[in-house]
Amino acid sequence: MDFQSSELLRFTTAGSVDDGKSTLIGRILYDSKSIYQDQMEAIEASSLRRGETEVNLALLTDGLRSEREQGITIDVAYRYFSTPKRKFIIADTPGHIQYTRNMVTGASTANVALILVDARNGVVEQTRRHAIIASLLQIPHLVICINKMDLVDYDEERYEQIKSSFERFAAKLDVKDVHFIPISALRGDNVVNRSAETSWYEGPTLMYYLENVHIASDHNFIDTRFPVQYVIRPNTDQFHDYRGYAGRVAGGILKKGDKVTVLPSGFSSTIAKIDTIDGALNEAFPPQSVTILLEDDIDISRGDMIVRENNQPIIGQDLEVMVCWFNEKPLQSRGKYTILHTTKSARCMIKEIRYRLDINTLHRDLENMEIKMNDIGRIVIRTTKPLFYDAYRKNRITGSVIFVDEGTNETVGAGMII
Amino acid sequence: MNYQLNHLRELESESIFVLREVAAQFENPVLMFSGGKDSILMVHLAQKAFYPARIPFPLLHVDTGHNFPETIAYRDALVERLGLRLIIASVQEAIDKGMVTEEKGYNASRNGLQTTTLLEALEKGKFDAALGGARRDEEKARAKERFFSHRDEFGQWDPKNQRPELWNLFNGRKHYGEHFRVFPISNWTELDVWQYLAMENVELPSLYFAHKRNVFERDGILLADCEYIQKKPTEEVKEMMVRCRTIGDMTCTGVWLSQASTIEEIIEEVATSRMTERGGRADDKRSETSMEDRKKTGYF
Repeated sequence: MDFQSSELLRFTTAGSVDDGKSTLIGRILYDSKSIYQDQMEAIEASSLRRGETEVNLALLTDGLRSEREQGITIDVAYRYFSTPKRKFIIADTPGHIQYTRNMVTGASTANVALILVDARNGVVEQTRRHAIIASLLQIPHLVICINKMDLVDYDEERYEQIKSSFERFAAKLDVKDVHFIPISALRGDNVVNRSAETSWYEGPTLMYYLENVHIASDHNFIDTRFPVQYVIRPNTDQFHDYRGYAGRVAGGILKKGDKVTVLPSGFSSTIAKIDTIDGALNEAFPPQSVTILLEDDIDISRGDMIVRENNQPIIGQDLEVMVCWFNEKPLQSRGKYTILHTTKSARCMIKEIRYRLDINTLHRDLENMEIKMNDIGRIVIRTTKPLFYDAYRKNRITGSVIFVDEGTNETVGAGMII
Repeated sequence: MNYQLNHLRELESESIFVLREVAAQFENPVLMFSGGKDSILMVHLAQKAFYPARIPFPLLHVDTGHNFPETIAYRDALVERLGLRLIIASVQEAIDKGMVTEEKGYNASRNGLQTTTLLEALEKGKFDAALGGARRDEEKARAKERFFSHRDEFGQWDPKNQRPELWNLFNGRKHYGEHFRVFPISNWTELDVWQYLAMENVELPSLYFAHKRNVFERDGILLADCEYIQKKPTEEVKEMMVRCRTIGDMTCTGVWLSQASTIEEIIEEVATSRMTERGGRADDKRSETSMEDRKKTGYF
């Protein structure tokens, strides 16, 4: 069946109500026929009750009662749709300044980030903030949707102005792949259907781009990393000596017969089998969940990592991290936190705050260094035991950590290892 | 070799990862099993996650006493085949003990009463993680649910105070007496579930396939004629070809006119349907935020 060949693409949308973000999502869902009749009837009824004259597509994405009451989106909401080519997951995040943490959350697993720019206003502070976050989170592909083109008479010159203004700013960022698309979410220009008003634009529609952007190389297929998640020991007569290391491939390709090293012990062995319920595999690659069996009987537990002998991650206790803070209680310099990294956990101490990053200007603030909720800063930490890590730029899985408050158990921060 | 998973294999891998995290991070997890396709999928994925070992947690069925008989037959056969432990938490018992009061009238349903029974079963079994087959595409309050959803000592969900979830780092830390609800198939849609069940040749209860049944219409929803629902004098019972899109308690699960008798025909029907599957759930129609309200007090 042909559905078996379709890929999964995750994208995040950032922007405020004024940018037309909800309208864009509504438009994508509507034009790709992903809104159901009962959903449509429900939002029609709600719009009417709220005294609105037109059907408010934003109500599709604003789910919780408190959000409806306040007319804002509080949290990351996930939306799903598919076309014959791909299945899509939208992480829809609110754009206001106080919700940086939601944007970071949505961005952490995205292949593509959509950033909306109002064609009348051009690149504004919020556009820069979203682009900086996309760059920090290393979202592989960035699409700048220049929206409300209908309100600037589909003017090519205006589009070019905004494009070059963004490009000048983006030169300072670490983004690999940027695309610009002139759209009108309200009228549907260049969203799913090509616009008759922008004959000067020769690029793809937004939907064509999302269906065709090359995402197969978004994972790291070079540096073999297999964090052991769980040890499978059936203890049955049939599988008496079975000892399988279950986990999800975080990087590189594992093959039967590969010589591997296990961290932290440093013992070497050979992959005897890559097991699944559907039979053994010859090789495993990210993001597959498999079970690895080794030739030798070594003591391995959760938190250990299987790697190649000649390609090892950094092993260390002193880390430089870009942290995004999520909690009302600010980051405590010299404070102690639990840290989660791959399948391992440790405790850590914040040794130093290097600077706070102004996410509107990229300015490094050395004066006002307190890292409060929704702030981003560069810090130095020391962990109680060695972590096996890579720079976040090299691998988003082995290069990321979260901080947990030891009193409340809340997730209070997210870090990208430099 | 092409190093790219199709979307179903990627979803499968994500769910297996979450199931293994639960086994690793919690002492005493339980899998909530309703007999519907989503919980059947969960059991199928759990088998994959722990093969060749047995699934390392029991199944918990919150039994309203108003089940379709086909559901119970399927459940018992599955438990037998996989050698699993089944815990039944009975709503009838809670009513008999006076812990909850049964609703009265035409729209009486035991759906809301499940919450008390569920929370009691979790407490009694000292379960610290309850795995559920809820999906984010089902309902708007569920669209904001986490994979690891924290519940306080009263089993309550606080939508404003959820833990951010980034990358694949899941924080299951909690205080004594608190528990987690975990939703490994959060990112699956109804269509994904059907496509996957077809690809994997998973056996399903007969209720999902078109069959002849006595039904009657109420508020635009077709309900199965059964002893648990009090019919109004004007409600007329007719035999029709129908199937279930979701399976819950008989009092609130709508059935749909359908001729789909194979899984391929169901996929075709779901792919072209203009109604969401919960469009037939009377329990969601009580108010605009009925799911959000039930979730806050500890519903699935």
